[in-house]
Amino acid sequence: MKNIFLVLKREYLVRVRKKSFIIMTFLTPILIAAFYGIIVWAAVGSFKNERKTIQVIDQSGLFKDKFKSDKNTTFEFINQPISEAQKKLKGKEGNLLVFIPANIMEQPKGLQIYSEKNIGPMLQGRIEKIVQQELRNIKLSKAGITQQVIEEANQNVDAQTFNLDDEGKTRSSSTMAAYVAGYAAAFLLYIFILIYGAGVMQGVMEEKSNRIIEVIISSVKPFHLMMGKILGVAAVGLTQFLLWGVLTFGVTSATQTLFGFNRFTATEEVLNQQTAQADPELKKEIEKSQSNTLKTINDFSASAQSLPLVQIFVCFLFYFLGGYLLYSSLYAAIGASVENQQEAGQFTFPIMLPIIAAIFFAQLAINQPDGSLAFWTSMIPFTSPVVMMARIPFGVPAWEIALSMVLLVLGFVGTTWLAARIYRVGILMYGKKVNYKELSKWIFYKG
Amino acid sequence: MSNILEAHNIVKQYATHRALDNVSVSVPKGSIFGLLGPNGAGKTSLIRIITQITAPDEGYVLLDGQRLKPDHIEDIGYLPEERGLYKKMKVGEQLLYLAQLKGLSEKQAMEKLKIWFKKFDIKTWWNKSIEDLSKGMQQKIQFVATVMHEPKLIILDEPFSGFDPINANLIKDEILELRDRGTTIIFSTHRMESVEELCDHIALINKSKVILNGSKSEIKNQFKENSYAVSYQGTLESLPADFEIVSQKNIENNLNQVNIRLVGDASVNQLIGNLISQVELVSFHENIPSFNQIFIKAVGGEVPDEVSSVS
Repeated sequence: MKNIFLVLKREYLVRVRKKSFIIMTFLTPILIAAFYGIIVWAAVGSFKNERKTIQVIDQSGLFKDKFKSDKNTTFEFINQPISEAQKKLKGKEGNLLVFIPANIMEQPKGLQIYSEKNIGPMLQGRIEKIVQQELRNIKLSKAGITQQVIEEANQNVDAQTFNLDDEGKTRSSSTMAAYVAGYAAAFLLYIFILIYGAGVMQGVMEEKSNRIIEVIISSVKPFHLMMGKILGVAAVGLTQFLLWGVLTFGVTSATQTLFGFNRFTATEEVLNQQTAQADPELKKEIEKSQSNTLKTINDFSASAQSLPLVQIFVCFLFYFLGGYLLYSSLYAAIGASVENQQEAGQFTFPIMLPIIAAIFFAQLAINQPDGSLAFWTSMIPFTSPVVMMARIPFGVPAWEIALSMVLLVLGFVGTTWLAARIYRVGILMYGKKVNYKELSKWIFYKG
Repeated sequence: MSNILEAHNIVKQYATHRALDNVSVSVPKGSIFGLLGPNGAGKTSLIRIITQITAPDEGYVLLDGQRLKPDHIEDIGYLPEERGLYKKMKVGEQLLYLAQLKGLSEKQAMEKLKIWFKKFDIKTWWNKSIEDLSKGMQQKIQFVATVMHEPKLIILDEPFSGFDPINANLIKDEILELRDRGTTIIFSTHRMESVEELCDHIALINKSKVILNGSKSEIKNQFKENSYAVSYQGTLESLPADFEIVSQKNIENNLNQVNIRLVGDASVNQLIGNLISQVELVSFHENIPSFNQIFIKAVGGEVPDEVSSVS
């Protein structure tokens, strides 16, 4: 036991002091923060910069007042021949020309949009929707349906979802939040297992090709060396995870308070003043859309709080350790059996396969967290860490989690035993091309 | 003299290959013990059993009278033939780590290391990475790593490979000093001149079996052929049938050399009597086989026509 600790300590210190570890640990949160910053910046920027003027030539005369200007776009009705308007469009980046032919009622496909650059699908969709809706309204009223009925028929549906807890009380849940949390947790786990599993393999191969292995192995039992290495790398992984968590939270909230939200509100105020003077109608419209956005954000953060965060965190640690131990011991066995990277490839592929499958199953499980595929793949130890993490934010019965955990523990005890048998033989084997038949023989070697 | 190490009837079988077949050796305490044998004879397999890297299929090993057990790791220092250290690690850190694996506390290890660093005059290396050292320097570090925990038994596999003559001598002196302080050294090598120079006892393993085992003089006696090298002036006409002339050559104008083997019960004095009656004797000595010859002869190769002699 003392030796496992010594090996663990060395492994940990050497890896944590590496430049690549330090760079990765500090750079990643900055990158995440920068990414977040870009999103905020883009959101703020879209209020200010991206004003578009859209000129409309309406030969049908049906759409007067139907195109409403808002904070991003100004609609302008013009009465010019189309060729002239097209000429004027030249050099005005971002401006659009919409041409509605006189026979739009009979030929709905006659709608034309001109611009210097491709217009985004959002804007195109919006213009199409306005035209489509108006055409429908006209046709409906021709068929004798009153404007009032049409308006009443246009209702937005927005479902609120609730989870029933054990006592039959309801708490509001957001599928969206669970979706995001599940996917993030599963993906993080997947990345960690891949990166750190491969790290263990590299470490073992290094010792073997350095030939230090024979010195070490005359002082430490191979199993102790293997476990010390695996646990040392796990400690590095946890350290990195915790540092990322702390740093990301720190940097992100710093960016938020420093310039994110301040700028957001500042722009909002400027915009409000401008528009208030210009057009009281428009102002109302903007306020409405802003309060909608705000509501969505509030909803989301409220439902994020409704997630079982402590459970997610504890399970993440458990499944990280379990899944990592399961796979890294196999990686260690491979590292011990081969002599170079090329040889390692043929053996790592079958191990990576179930991990990659797991992230695929996790995506399916997110869409159907209680399906039988989700259930079984979150029981099988090779896929359970990733898939279960994807399911947990949606709420999983305690017995399922317990069963999956027990199976995972059995799984990694099994793979560790197997790996140790291969490791102890492989680590001292040089100049021999190994294949699966050879490996299976090693498992049964004595002593 | 008691034995520090006894291996009894060791058998080690790999899939289709029997690496050790009923091998027994005894290593006397305080000796330098040469473990010899051609490549692939089973030396490394035996060493790996002694160092508890692998376990024997049959037989057992006694260290200081006790069956091998995990604690014995601390009593053994092992320098494998294939050297290696963590390349990116600092010299000092690495040695502290290896010492702790051998059961020393960090404080003890530090004290021991200070002595060795002073002895080898390598104090400035403490904070250097292994990869920044030359191969010979790395070997020195590895030697320190092998002996720093003051084991009772040190196993050196080809310890001089990679050293220049100056450093090889330094290591040789260290080996002798360790022996004088009571440490036993098992010394595995192909270089027979260092066997000749250092070893008190040898065991020769060939094709998984021990074919020679004993003290240096015992083995030399065993391989003596009762032959003598004689140089003389004059003409040697003939000798009785008891004295067989193995080879003969003229060295200078008037100086000849012959190798004569005693057959049957003839004595050395009778040979000398016969010689001085015919020629003027210049020198006379017994041909003692070198370990090189013994090795080749025992393993079954052709003995080269080379005569090393001890006057």
